Amino acid sequence: MTMYLLNQLLKIVFLIFTCSMLLSCSSETEKTIALEDGSSKQNTVPEKIDFTFHVKPILSDRCFICHGPDKNAVEGDLSLHSAEEAYKVLGELKDHAAIVPGDALKSSLIARIFSDDAHLIMPPPESNLVLEDFEKEILEKWIEQGAEYKTHWAFIPPSPHEIPENKNASWGNNEIDAFVLNKMTEKGLRPSSRASSDKLLRRITFDLTGLPPTLEQLERFAADPSEERYAEIIDSLLTSVDYAENMAAEWMDIARYADTHGYQDDFERTMWPWRDWVIHSFKENMPYDQFVTYQLAGDLMPNANLEQILATGFNRNHKITAEGGVIPEEYRVEYVEDRNTTLGTAFLGLTLECARCHDHKYDPISQKEHFQLYGFFNNIPEKGLLANAAELPEPYIKVTPKEVGDILGFINLDKSEMKEVPVMVMKEMDKPRNTYILERGIYDQYGEEVYPDTPESILPFNDFPKNRLGLAKWLFEDEHPLTARVAVNRLWQRMFGSGIVASSFDFGNQGSLPTHPELLDYLAIKYKTEGWDTRKMLKYIAMSEAYQQDTKASPEKLEQDPENKYLARASRLRLSSEAIRDQALAFSGLLNREVGGPSVKPYQPEGIWEETTGGGGGSTASYTLSEGKDVYRKSIYTFWKRTVPPPSMMTFDSSSRDYCSVKRQETNTPLQALVLLNDPQIVEAARVAAVGEMEENPDAEKDQIKKLFYKATSRLPNEAEIQSLTDYYSEMLAKVESGEIITSEYLSIGRSEVPADLNKEKLVALTLTAHTILNLDETINRG
Amino acid sequence: MSEKKIVEERSLILNRRSFLGKAAMGVGGIGLASLLGTNLFRKGENGLYTADSGPTGVKGVLDSLHHPSKIKRVIYLFQSGGPSQLELFDYKPLLNKRRGEDLPESIRNGQRLTGMTSGQDRFPLVGSNFGFQQYGKNGTHISDLLPYTAKIVDDICIVKSMYTEAINHDPAVTFFQTGSQQPGRPSIGSWLSYGLGSENENLPAFTVLLSRGSGRPNGQPLYTRLWGNGFLHSLHQGVQFRAAKDPVLYLNDPKGTTADVKRSMLDKLAELNDQHYQESNDPEIQSRISQYEMAYRMQTSVPEVMNTEGEPDYIYKMYGSDAKIPGTFAANCLLARRLAEKDVRFIQLYHMGWDQHDNLPGAIEKQAKDVDQASAALVADLKQRGMLEDTLVVWGGEFGRTNYSQGLLTDTNYGRDHHPRCFTMWMAGGGIKPGIVYGETDDFGYNITKNPVHVHDFQATMLHQLGIDHEKFTYKYQGRRFRLTDVEGHVVKDILS
Repeated sequence: MTMYLLNQLLKIVFLIFTCSMLLSCSSETEKTIALEDGSSKQNTVPEKIDFTFHVKPILSDRCFICHGPDKNAVEGDLSLHSAEEAYKVLGELKDHAAIVPGDALKSSLIARIFSDDAHLIMPPPESNLVLEDFEKEILEKWIEQGAEYKTHWAFIPPSPHEIPENKNASWGNNEIDAFVLNKMTEKGLRPSSRASSDKLLRRITFDLTGLPPTLEQLERFAADPSEERYAEIIDSLLTSVDYAENMAAEWMDIARYADTHGYQDDFERTMWPWRDWVIHSFKENMPYDQFVTYQLAGDLMPNANLEQILATGFNRNHKITAEGGVIPEEYRVEYVEDRNTTLGTAFLGLTLECARCHDHKYDPISQKEHFQLYGFFNNIPEKGLLANAAELPEPYIKVTPKEVGDILGFINLDKSEMKEVPVMVMKEMDKPRNTYILERGIYDQYGEEVYPDTPESILPFNDFPKNRLGLAKWLFEDEHPLTARVAVNRLWQRMFGSGIVASSFDFGNQGSLPTHPELLDYLAIKYKTEGWDTRKMLKYIAMSEAYQQDTKASPEKLEQDPENKYLARASRLRLSSEAIRDQALAFSGLLNREVGGPSVKPYQPEGIWEETTGGGGGSTASYTLSEGKDVYRKSIYTFWKRTVPPPSMMTFDSSSRDYCSVKRQETNTPLQALVLLNDPQIVEAARVAAVGEMEENPDAEKDQIKKLFYKATSRLPNEAEIQSLTDYYSEMLAKVESGEIITSEYLSIGRSEVPADLNKEKLVALTLTAHTILNLDETINRG
Repeated sequence: MSEKKIVEERSLILNRRSFLGKAAMGVGGIGLASLLGTNLFRKGENGLYTADSGPTGVKGVLDSLHHPSKIKRVIYLFQSGGPSQLELFDYKPLLNKRRGEDLPESIRNGQRLTGMTSGQDRFPLVGSNFGFQQYGKNGTHISDLLPYTAKIVDDICIVKSMYTEAINHDPAVTFFQTGSQQPGRPSIGSWLSYGLGSENENLPAFTVLLSRGSGRPNGQPLYTRLWGNGFLHSLHQGVQFRAAKDPVLYLNDPKGTTADVKRSMLDKLAELNDQHYQESNDPEIQSRISQYEMAYRMQTSVPEVMNTEGEPDYIYKMYGSDAKIPGTFAANCLLARRLAEKDVRFIQLYHMGWDQHDNLPGAIEKQAKDVDQASAALVADLKQRGMLEDTLVVWGGEFGRTNYSQGLLTDTNYGRDHHPRCFTMWMAGGGIKPGIVYGETDDFGYNITKNPVHVHDFQATMLHQLGIDHEKFTYKYQGRRFRLTDVEGHVVKDILS
């Protein structure tokens, strides 16, 4: 009783304290702790504890491994993932409970986490997990406040939220800004001003097309940087084929696309007609629901046409082995698992693969449910093991000139040496395979037989056919809590560098919490109700003032929000591996803008395929540079040998294409410097750009340099920069004239010819200047 | 800004935080905690290394070692393809006696075979075509194929009871290097770079050297993902040092230019980048400048370490004549020693060609000749320099080979299929008992009868010697804490001195 009074008293004191905090409108800097996976948490104890935002991240990360959804791993008969389990009486005498709502003193959980006794303390020392003091306090306070449980936010369908009203807000173009400004104000931050027209145009052009704006585009926008003009520019970017290729580039990571099978000898495959289809669908702005349904189940659609069947190549992009001696079934199981993992990562934002060997440790997905989903992908008449390089993996279709002349006109078959190109696709077996739970995930350890179905706690399977088409319908049911959120979050990630849910691959209990949950719901509902129109959504995001802000970060803002979670500025983002190379090609005018067709082999250091190859032979044993201007194709067309991927692209954080990947690392390493300093493609691009300038502005070095700088960074250099680079040019010219640089050698790098009538000494000096410009941090940033 | 000022500023910003830039701030996927740490290797009076904080190198994530470490670095001589333990280390006279007889079912016990021999009608036993003699203080049996290894037998610990779960190359090599049969996890060297950092500002912490064997020149392929960083920051990826024009990819200056030209470009870049930093305040720009400086230093330090011309004759005599031919295993062993001298944390060699399914006697003779002298020389060379005590040298492949012949058994010829149930590796140096044989197999050389050592046990032991508790060394990725040893592994205490 006294305890109760004391608690009440404390609550009152606390209330007074918090009220005074609120009244003083303090914008106290939040302390954040960076976690190893890039997320962060606040180490303060809020006055009102929220289960979703404060408690569950702790329970999930530190307790669920032994007290969570995996019923076979539960210790001490205690699970903490549901109220029912957590409140129940425990022990032989049924005399205590882990959690007694409202009474921390009676809750054995509290006694255990605060215990000094190594035999009693939770988590136990051997788990190598610890609770921070503030985390213990959060748990205690949560129990005192009633220990309320809530369903995981991502498993509740998005619901409409009121658009926040911001007092005296002169800032904001659309609803996005209302949500963003509201959160910013709550955190004591103020928005930044609009970026300069140059920066904004560079940003939107890279984000939508993967290329820099041209000088003409920059000048036109500078002359009229109005919202109307900006909207027109967005429209024209969104309808370009560059946009389609740029969107497709991301889809290649998601679909783990490659030009080889991926294990051992890593033989070639021809999935590029499928890649041409992806580009085509973005060009046509195919609604996302249709885009996904074609890929998951095109072959099962009523009167499926060849385009719909081709689209199902999506689920055949996984690795396939030809290693003599493997047990075919062992690998066939891996392929089915790969499709299941991809479904989870790409469309559900769930780590389904974690429920393969046992129930999921963190999310409410049982091992049985894992294999029920697996059952959707288990009925393909496929083999686990290929006999050799020549064997075509069943099932496949052949793309021939006849079909290309007919329905598959978007495939660039003219570029192919083969006139009939096989493409792997999905197909159902006449008699479906039986699907079993595989004990410990092992291919031949059959447990209970299961049938295609979806996880109960996400959304029960409606009255759909129990096949992939039904699965696609389930994904796009109105009540589905994940599909739209996951998709729209990825579009946000494209435009802001990080999703509203930073872990775009995991919306489950261990994933990041949304920084703007109401906004995420708003966008998800909008996307869905407006017909899954990707172009429209991207334009809507781009039109927000949040997107158009300057990147400049004051030291205060950097301190207060180092990760820019609250969007009081735009993030400076490094360009993707594709965009870095494509920009250099565009800068020089070398860029070959042909669309589609077989993948090409641009410059790559000699010998790297040869030194790792085995005895299997095939077309991937040695690397042959593509002919003519094919070496200057966009990077999306670069041949992807999975076991030895293009090193310059890997250095700039491309996904390895081993598995579905929805988010790349963004790193900064010495090897990146080496690529930009010494890759022949970069040197050649610098020279060809220099040749162009010398021909256009003969003998006007300063103008030449200015323009090169403008092209690479999308802004004119200031006087100091012009002076600095002109000095550099003169210094280099002196080095050429003194014989320190061997002109003939330096000018012979790359395939393109040097015009005979140009002054070679000046060309070398200008090339070095252009090369320096291509290495600027600003050049490889979107800004 | 004056030249002098720029240089001063540059040295100022070459601290770790700017080197790591965005990563150090917890942005871009990898947080501060994963990349900042302390210098872990200060030698105490007791000869063990303990944690210290110091200004050099790139530090690892671990604030302190879990326990004092015995070693600072590892040289891993990976024998790719699966060397036959029966021709090299595991002496089984019974197999010679019962040559041609069928493998008794009681020995095979229904265990899994590969698809290459599971269809054979018979499994004729076959003993080694090569003799064994006893060497060293304990009279350890070593094959006539390894005369040089025989001479260092008192310096090495031979483990005859290794076993793995994978029976085919790709998953088996991947398992050894990453702890998982399927691709995607970080390689051992990446884990160490991440945990312990680098002690050399001019070279990567994890380097890789490849050579092709003469036993089966067209043998098993390798994959660059074997030295990949998986989900760790790409600073931790293995960097291949090649016997090619470009010893590290993209290392050479564009032809026709000089290091001096490169220096001018870097100075100009630093100046312009710094101006931009003043406007934008983005610390990532400072990090970029630091990375360019590291690249520049690598352009000098890599060729320096790769140039073995200054090595005295007696060294070449030790390692053998191949050591003068770039790209051979012997040349790579010599480079491994030079990299070890520069405190590179993890030096990974791969020698291909051990996958001898047929014509094994001829092939293994050549293959053993590729590696025997140089492997032994490396151990002896480290020893004479006093470096063997803080270096762990590992020699072994991804699995062993069957005691029965694959294909036709003739008087002089036979082959052997993959065998994961038992195989031999050896280790030398840093805190491993020298001159012992650990583990036993049955008289048929088919099953382990004493002290089995799983791949994860081996990995746990290696980490232990570096001062790391393999159960505590985790990385949280996609919601799960990953370990090199997955969920298993026990330190093999019996072999520790």
